[in-house]
Amino acid sequence: MFFETFRLAIHAILRNATRSFLTVLGIIIGVAAVIAMVTVGQGSADQVETEVSSLGTNLLMITSGQASQGPGMGGGASASFSLKDVDAVETEIARVSVSAPTSARMMTAIFGNENYSTSVTGTDNRFMFVRDWAVTTGREFYDSELRTGATACIIGETVSTKLFGNGDPLGATIRLKQISCRVIGVLESKGASSFGTDQDDIILIPIRTFQRRIAGNQDVGMIFASVREDMSTEKAKADIENLLRERRGIGFGEEDDFNVMDMKQITSILTGITAVLTGLLSAVAAVSLLVGGIGIMNIMLVSVTERTREIGIRLAVGASEGQVLLQFLVESIVLSLIGGFLGILLGLALAYLGAILLRIPFAPEASIVMIAFAFSAIVGIVFGYFPARRAARLDPIEALRHQ
Amino acid sequence: MRRDSDEIPDPPELSVPQIELEGVTKIYGQGEAEVRALQGIDLKIHEGEFVAIMGPSGSGKSTAMNIIGCLDTPTSGSYRFSGTEVGELNRNQRALLRRNYLGFVFQGYNLLARTSALENVELPLIYLGLPIFERRQLAMEALEKVGLKGREKHGPSQLSGGQQQRVAIARAIVTKPEILLADEPTGNLDTARSEEIMNILTDLNKNDGITIVMVTHEPDLAEYAGRLVQFVDGFIQSGEREGKDN
Repeated sequence: MFFETFRLAIHAILRNATRSFLTVLGIIIGVAAVIAMVTVGQGSADQVETEVSSLGTNLLMITSGQASQGPGMGGGASASFSLKDVDAVETEIARVSVSAPTSARMMTAIFGNENYSTSVTGTDNRFMFVRDWAVTTGREFYDSELRTGATACIIGETVSTKLFGNGDPLGATIRLKQISCRVIGVLESKGASSFGTDQDDIILIPIRTFQRRIAGNQDVGMIFASVREDMSTEKAKADIENLLRERRGIGFGEEDDFNVMDMKQITSILTGITAVLTGLLSAVAAVSLLVGGIGIMNIMLVSVTERTREIGIRLAVGASEGQVLLQFLVESIVLSLIGGFLGILLGLALAYLGAILLRIPFAPEASIVMIAFAFSAIVGIVFGYFPARRAARLDPIEALRHQ
Repeated sequence: MRRDSDEIPDPPELSVPQIELEGVTKIYGQGEAEVRALQGIDLKIHEGEFVAIMGPSGSGKSTAMNIIGCLDTPTSGSYRFSGTEVGELNRNQRALLRRNYLGFVFQGYNLLARTSALENVELPLIYLGLPIFERRQLAMEALEKVGLKGREKHGPSQLSGGQQQRVAIARAIVTKPEILLADEPTGNLDTARSEEIMNILTDLNKNDGITIVMVTHEPDLAEYAGRLVQFVDGFIQSGEREGKDN
């Protein structure tokens, strides 16, 4: 009996194939949107996680300035750090193994006819250590280069490709504004960050070179500090805060004019943003599922009216109310399941495309696919019930007279 | 195998009429718009009878057929089908009565469009819950009985009016019902086709013992029946009881 009902439903759906397809389009779009949103959202969350773990959970980032800073709170921007601060963090805090200075600026790099705008970062070899980032070809900076502020640079994979194509960049001289610097190494490729920015889009030069020839001051923009294995990041953070307060002469009760962030914080900020965005977009997608359900109800009502006579015949030959109800209910469930199935395929395809374009992992989840499938079945039941009941309650005499 | 006997009344005793209407009225609408389709009719039909119902349009014969066919219930009065009070049954119980004991033939054939003759005939068997193999076999037998062997695959649009009505008869008898209700079965057919249909009905009545109640406009066709019941203005003028002299 159930098989018969199922066969009948397929028959009825195929009899009006175009109309059936248009009917389920709403469901297809709704399910596809939800699947694509959640999958892409999960992919970027995964991306953040891998990236943070590649940065190392023991990494602290120290920036100057504070979130609550405003006019009348000490007047003007807070002071940057100096190289002495960097050394102090490294030597005076036992929980920190290495700290590295960085100062960065967007600049145009020119080689031959090629020019490319990239982030020029002044730092030293400790940067490679704290970021766990290796030089694959060439070498790191010599101490002499760092001390004297030589014009040597290590470039990221993207910069290498943009300026040199497949050619060998080692030994070449690239121009950064008024300075020329020689390429001594190429960094290993790290790929895109969670915000889609390309981490390989970078040029490293000695911090002294940056200070003297580019910035024209003695400032350090940001300090990376690597916490020793098995040491508490929280405690290291507190140590750094105390040290810097002292060094910067911040009195008791005054607020910090700098910020120490650990990766956990950064992760939670990034995943938080991703979750909110995913949630919002999924909510919009869910609304389209609702609209799709109403579309199904509408078409099922039309179908019941159109097939009034057929229903009359079925009732006359002895179909019970339940059998007619089941027939139309199964029809709407099959209809919305077809929509759900197509929607899942489309959604996964979109998510796959999105993963490639955004350079994030493709992370399909079985649970969301099953939820989407179950949800479309529920849509079929909920929005199919009313038309099906209307069909089942028809008066056979009236129905048979219907033209 | 085909009777859901736990929900259906026991088989009738011989003395009980198969169809027994007593003081049956049917009133549609209310107040000003009230229509008294049946104004209190008594009618007894026994097993194996062939009854023709005649009367001008609006005389209540179709209403009476709907009540006999358990598609409708009386406003007042009693309708006993093989001793069972139909007025006390709910919709589903009446559906079960139709499914198991009744067959319908309509003036307009009422076949499912875009559905083959075979599948049309199978339809009532689906609701009886028979497996496909058995359905096919019974439907083929029924089609053969009405002389449509070889036309199983044809849809209604590929069949003549007479053939369509024969498919409808096959559908009505495929469940081996006790009663066949025919509402102007030849209303849309010419004389020759009408005769074919009447011969089939007569055969079903004589050889299969199926009780037939037929509404018709044509006195010629009423001749085939064993009894004529005449309706006028919601009353039965003649033929309430068995016997031609009535």
